[in-house]
Amino acid sequence: MSISPNEVPFAGTVPSPKTENEGMITGSWRTRRPILDADKCTECLICWISCPDSSIKAASSGMEFNLKYCKGCGICNEVCPVGAISLVPELDFED
Amino acid sequence: MLEEIKSLRKAPEEEYYVPGHRTCAGCGPALQYRLVAKAAGPNTIFLGPTGCMYVANTSYGCGPWAVPWIHAQITNGGAVASGIEAAYKAMIRKHKTDAEFPNIIVMAGDGGSADIGLQALSAAFYRGHNILFIAYDNESYANTGIQTSPTTPYGAWTTFSPAGPVIPEGKKLMPKDLPKMMAHGHPELKYLATASLAYPLDLMNKVRRGLNAQGPSFLYVHAPCPKGWSFPADKTVEMGKLAVETGMFQLYELNEGQYKLTYQPKEIKPVEEYIKLQGRFSHLQPEHIQKLQQFANGRLKEVGIEVSVPAQ
Repeated sequence: MSISPNEVPFAGTVPSPKTENEGMITGSWRTRRPILDADKCTECLICWISCPDSSIKAASSGMEFNLKYCKGCGICNEVCPVGAISLVPELDFED
Repeated sequence: MLEEIKSLRKAPEEEYYVPGHRTCAGCGPALQYRLVAKAAGPNTIFLGPTGCMYVANTSYGCGPWAVPWIHAQITNGGAVASGIEAAYKAMIRKHKTDAEFPNIIVMAGDGGSADIGLQALSAAFYRGHNILFIAYDNESYANTGIQTSPTTPYGAWTTFSPAGPVIPEGKKLMPKDLPKMMAHGHPELKYLATASLAYPLDLMNKVRRGLNAQGPSFLYVHAPCPKGWSFPADKTVEMGKLAVETGMFQLYELNEGQYKLTYQPKEIKPVEEYIKLQGRFSHLQPEHIQKLQQFANGRLKEVGIEVSVPAQ
């Protein structure tokens, strides 16, 4: 690493991320992947508000999981009032 | 002025506490941080006194905040916030900046507020700075490996209060009641509330009321910690709900001196239902559970909720 002294950030200041922090990608922590059953989902947004990693979004096509950051904690599955989210072992997937 | 959020659909979509942080899976404090940031909006400065929400969020050279954030030592969250507030006020008064006065939010843990950070918190509230101080209570010093803090409940296992043949109940002392301490000793206090991450709308609205109060506001947030309390990561929200439903945590607010109970459970459950799901209470004998029931009943009585589960 070669940074000239003038380019070293002042007092440990670093830029703020806008929509995601790519310095800490946590998707690889996951052992179980949330899968949505779109037929059961009522889009009540309870899973969206309960996700500690802001990894659920309400898109026009329904709820979407951000698997780049989802840690697989399973809160979404637990809070869903209609049981539309299931957790599938990560090893069942090829990607 | 920040508006009241009426329903989940009306809650802001934007995130200011973005994905990509080193907190554990199912982290309660991370979830409440996200809700606080969402409610506060873009014109916010966060202060992170040392604690989980500083240590686990900042990785080398990056952090998950889309708004400015600054670290303070665990002792001086209130003092750093006072300085930022006073500097903004002076610069606005002298027309040295055209910036709008920001929401200054301290996000301190129970150690940074009820224990090590108490003097700076109390001094800032005594002087009447326009800040919102949030104490997220995960009931232990969690980032250093679960040591006991003054808000750790009676009977909980921590590495500093292990249960054994000499002290069978683990922690022997009853927890400190920080919100009541803050409520009754600070004449300049404008707004005080307790909230839980299991009631997200209530939490976000209390953040907004605190920010609208234009003076020192204090918010005490119950934030279950799967690692420290030994329960599965997916039960965080359920644990927050159970704490309120069993009377171990009470939701109320104090707005300009007016006390109001903001949530009253339909039926109070026995504390046993809350503690049997947590590994930190697994060693408790029936007589210890009765002591915890007495504690919960006492707190319920204090806030004006009828006690329906008797303690022997």
